[in-house]
Amino acid sequence: MTKKVEIGKKILMANEEYAALNAKFFADNKKLCLNMISSPGSGKTTILVKTITDLQGKLRIGVIEGDVRTDLDAQRIRATKAPAVQIETEGACHLSAAQVSTALHNLPTDDLNIIIIENVGNLVCPSAFELGETAKIAVLSTPEGDDKPVKYPAIFAKSTAVIINKIDLLGAVDFDIDRAKADILKLNKDAEIFPISAKTGQGMANWYNWLSESSKV
Amino acid sequence: MHEAAIAQNLLEAIKAEAQKQNAKPVSVKISCGVFSAVNDELLNFAFEAAAKDTICQGAALLIEHKPIAGRCRNCKTKFDFDIYNPHCPSCNGEEFALSSDPPLLLESIEFDTE
Repeated sequence: MTKKVEIGKKILMANEEYAALNAKFFADNKKLCLNMISSPGSGKTTILVKTITDLQGKLRIGVIEGDVRTDLDAQRIRATKAPAVQIETEGACHLSAAQVSTALHNLPTDDLNIIIIENVGNLVCPSAFELGETAKIAVLSTPEGDDKPVKYPAIFAKSTAVIINKIDLLGAVDFDIDRAKADILKLNKDAEIFPISAKTGQGMANWYNWLSESSKV
Repeated sequence: MHEAAIAQNLLEAIKAEAQKQNAKPVSVKISCGVFSAVNDELLNFAFEAAAKDTICQGAALLIEHKPIAGRCRNCKTKFDFDIYNPHCPSCNGEEFALSSDPPLLLESIEFDTE
């Protein structure tokens, strides 16, 4: 004999409870929190270093870095004088809301307008774990190929903004930027798309304007 | 490979219910949407590994993938949105209203009442 019991409970409830607490903290304290998601090597840290440096004196940004190992990225952020907390996931492919909650306690949040979470480099897993962020930002870089939005649609569909980085390499790699943009908009017609080069500074002004407007929460 | 984390969370939820029912779970039904990025083979493997030597060992896992409901803004056709082929199946339109993605849900557990 067997007995069926209806449950109807979210499996990742533990994570969602932390995410809800984080979201409440950001809302109550009027902080913009961005969850930045991309493949490894798309240039997330370089974008952050450039952004923090260029916006010094205008926006106060703190960073939560997620990597499998090392605090190399947090060191790069701290070199700009911005505060950074490193989370080493020791193998895990995504950050959890509980890890972000702990990291927030180690950031001087009173002094910040914007908290940016640089998730573990991975286009699949982080999209399943809400962190309580205000918005997700997907980053795609031109050497990865213009077919990334079609191959990994979930993260592009869920992101408020998409950064296309390394446009200084457009002449050297086969990346059809119009195709990439069209495919992103098919999944997410409201997505803001920022083609930039964090290396040369091209296109960064539009990203800064968006960041500045979005921080007025 | 976030399936390992999902399997661990799932196991805790089933164990809690098993304790409440004072019975051994024989099968477990869960559902998810495309944004949960669940691969059935990996989740089954991770669940089997996590359940080893617990009251859940040997429990079958049934995974239902639920679609996101779409409605074409052009021809008003209602359809199951396919994120890998984002077009209206009727008019090939590319503008639609979408329902929110189904969450990762523990639907039901079947217990052995012997």
